[in-house]
Amino acid sequence: MWNPIEAYRIYRGLAAKGILGMNCRNADFIGPYNKRHLYPLVDDKLKTKELALKANVNVPQLLGVIREQHDIATVSDLLPPSEGFCIKPAQGSGGKGILVVFPSENGGWQRTDGRPVTLPEIERHLSNILAGIFSLGGKSDVAIVESLIILDPVFNGFTHEGVPDLRIIIFRGFPVMAMMRLACHASKGKANLHQGAVGVGIDIITGQAVNAVQFGQPVTHHPDTQFRLKDLQVPQWPEMLELACRCYDMTGLGYIGVDIVLDKHRGPLLLELNARPGLAIQVANNAGLLPRLRIAEELDNNGSPAERIALISKTFTGHL
Amino acid sequence: MAKRTNRISYIVVLLIGIGLTLVAFRHFVSGVPFLPGASHVMWDVEAKIQFTATDGPVQATFTLPNEHAQYVRVKERTASPGYGLRFIDDEQPRKAEWSIREAKGKQTLYYLTELKVAPNEDSPLPVPPKVDKPRYLGSVASAAGAVLNNALNQSIDTPSLARELIKSFLKPGEQAQLLLQEAKVSQRVVELLMQAEVPAREIDVLLLEDGARQQALRTWIQVFDNNQAYVFDPSGKIQPEKADWLIWEQNGGAVLDLMGGQGATIGFSMMKKRVPVIASLREPEHQPGLLDASIHSLPLSEQTLFKGILLVPVGVMIVVFMRILVGLKTSGTFMPVLIALAFMQTSLITGLVGFLSIIGVGLFLRSYLSQHNLLLVSRIAVVIISVVLIMALFSVLSFRFGLSEGLKLTLFPMIILSWTIERMSILWEEEGPKEVMRQGGGSLFVAILAYLAMSNSWVQHMTFQFLGLQFIFMAITIACGRYTGYRLLELKRFRNFIGQP
Repeated sequence: MWNPIEAYRIYRGLAAKGILGMNCRNADFIGPYNKRHLYPLVDDKLKTKELALKANVNVPQLLGVIREQHDIATVSDLLPPSEGFCIKPAQGSGGKGILVVFPSENGGWQRTDGRPVTLPEIERHLSNILAGIFSLGGKSDVAIVESLIILDPVFNGFTHEGVPDLRIIIFRGFPVMAMMRLACHASKGKANLHQGAVGVGIDIITGQAVNAVQFGQPVTHHPDTQFRLKDLQVPQWPEMLELACRCYDMTGLGYIGVDIVLDKHRGPLLLELNARPGLAIQVANNAGLLPRLRIAEELDNNGSPAERIALISKTFTGHL
Repeated sequence: MAKRTNRISYIVVLLIGIGLTLVAFRHFVSGVPFLPGASHVMWDVEAKIQFTATDGPVQATFTLPNEHAQYVRVKERTASPGYGLRFIDDEQPRKAEWSIREAKGKQTLYYLTELKVAPNEDSPLPVPPKVDKPRYLGSVASAAGAVLNNALNQSIDTPSLARELIKSFLKPGEQAQLLLQEAKVSQRVVELLMQAEVPAREIDVLLLEDGARQQALRTWIQVFDNNQAYVFDPSGKIQPEKADWLIWEQNGGAVLDLMGGQGATIGFSMMKKRVPVIASLREPEHQPGLLDASIHSLPLSEQTLFKGILLVPVGVMIVVFMRILVGLKTSGTFMPVLIALAFMQTSLITGLVGFLSIIGVGLFLRSYLSQHNLLLVSRIAVVIISVVLIMALFSVLSFRFGLSEGLKLTLFPMIILSWTIERMSILWEEEGPKEVMRQGGGSLFVAILAYLAMSNSWVQHMTFQFLGLQFIFMAITIACGRYTGYRLLELKRFRNFIGQP
């Protein structure tokens, strides 16, 4: 990399492949297409959720919101007696402060790893969230209580712990690239690529796996379950695409990453939106975003989500 | 999109144009050098006039050095207690006239001038005197003719004629000795040159020797040939082209005209010095005009303030390079510049050690505090207070151990320290120690780079002297803002896309 000739060769190679770099993403896509005043809609999970409910976009069921310290005492009324739930800070970053609770056999609660959780512990966690311990810059925050997502058995074998999530990049309302993030032992159940989750590139037209990476290196099988990753076909792919596309209409943000999970009973649910989606999706797909973005930039995006998906599929079929 | 990019490139070109114009103006018109070390040679010359006053009004008229082709007078002043002073500027040569109504006893007058060694375009061309052939009688006439003929035979042009004449008086033969009985060498040489129809005259020259004291003026000979002036030392000891000298008086008049005094002596002292060009620019006659408006017209204390402020863009530009072109992560966009500014106050090593130890202790305290779930405002407040305590502790400790360097830690802006600790500890909690090392290390690395650039004397000279550079900085940062290519570290991150060659 420090050899200028080699650096130049890599530079030209990346440019030829149409790999999107950080500067280009910021200057050509996020800057012009994401209006700053719309950011709070996606940075605050509660706002996203309210917006989604209004737009009839399915989201994990909201059990309640704790806004003030004195509301914490009422939390036990919100919690479902026999189901699991999840508590997260509305403005948390990087999955911090998310407490996942299951009902345990003796009638109490337990964490993912089986350790018991008591009501006072839940209350302390809520207090921490409100104080802003988990939010960026320590701003005071609100806590969201949601019902748990039930893992669809389709994914059995493709995930070790935790729920796999799907990231779709939506540009001007067109889906341009997708990847599935599979938690594994190395990532400690987290679905973040830099923490060791497996990233599986997904064909944007068919929903079929095209490529997979872990720690930036190509992999063919899930490291824990040894399932062949090429066999992964995302179920309900058209519904997923449509859900993702509707997030553009709902927020008005031109360049977003939509995170979707599949619930056994409720189907695709919008988990969260990201106005500055990362570049690792290109590594998972072994393909550059730039050519797709340049194509989508010229398309007419006035149609409904379904029309847009049809248009982009038709356009991409020849090109990709 | 394309249109916007175009307009930006016009702005960039315009800014660079403005910047270069201003820089060129400062350099070529105002004469500010591009190198900080550039210096002039200056001569301080002091004339000390002493005489005894004869109990009454005194008037001393002192001829001032002519504007010389190789020297520019930078300033002059006089010291003469009780005397009224008048410079007579309108006639050639310039004169200083001291006068006093009543003076008694020994009097001392000083005239000091500072001369810069530089071509002086204002100096008038020396006017050759009229040829006035002397008339000799008897034996003097024949001796003069013989000496002149001898010299004429051995010379090819006017300068060599003058040289031959001087030579014939240095080892005088019979005829030459006869001539010297009634006049000095310089006078005779001038006379003989006139005889040969060559304009020539005696001039009073001050030989410039560094550190010389109580020197007298020397009488040299100036010879004209086709409007060219040549200078010769009649004593033959000094070759004028190899020495520094100054024509003090060339019109045949007296250097000092004294009324009401007697026993006058004039002693010259001189000193050579090198003055940075920048220093001489501060002289009043270099007051900037409107186009040349610069920081230098401000009072000195504001200038020093600006010296620091003008360096900030350099640091900021380094941050821009490191973040946009290299892709280094720093905590806080321009915090590295603030850290670098703090390093400027403390020097690098002291700053680094102090910074790291204060941040380290602060982080430790902060992590302890975070276990107690304090609210944000009081958390930062506690961090600030503990930073103050740590700084006090470090200063006292280093003073006890005789390390005066430690005292400089107080120059660290406390807010920067507290803020760094706060950010770093949030980062620690959110992303873990690895990210703290990465961003903290990145910030520190960029801060050191910025420090190295900002403490460079050439960079300081350029930013302070050439305000136009700021426009160029702005153009560069705007251009960087439109750079959509890959960052250096992205080449590493994405290199797996490209196979080995």
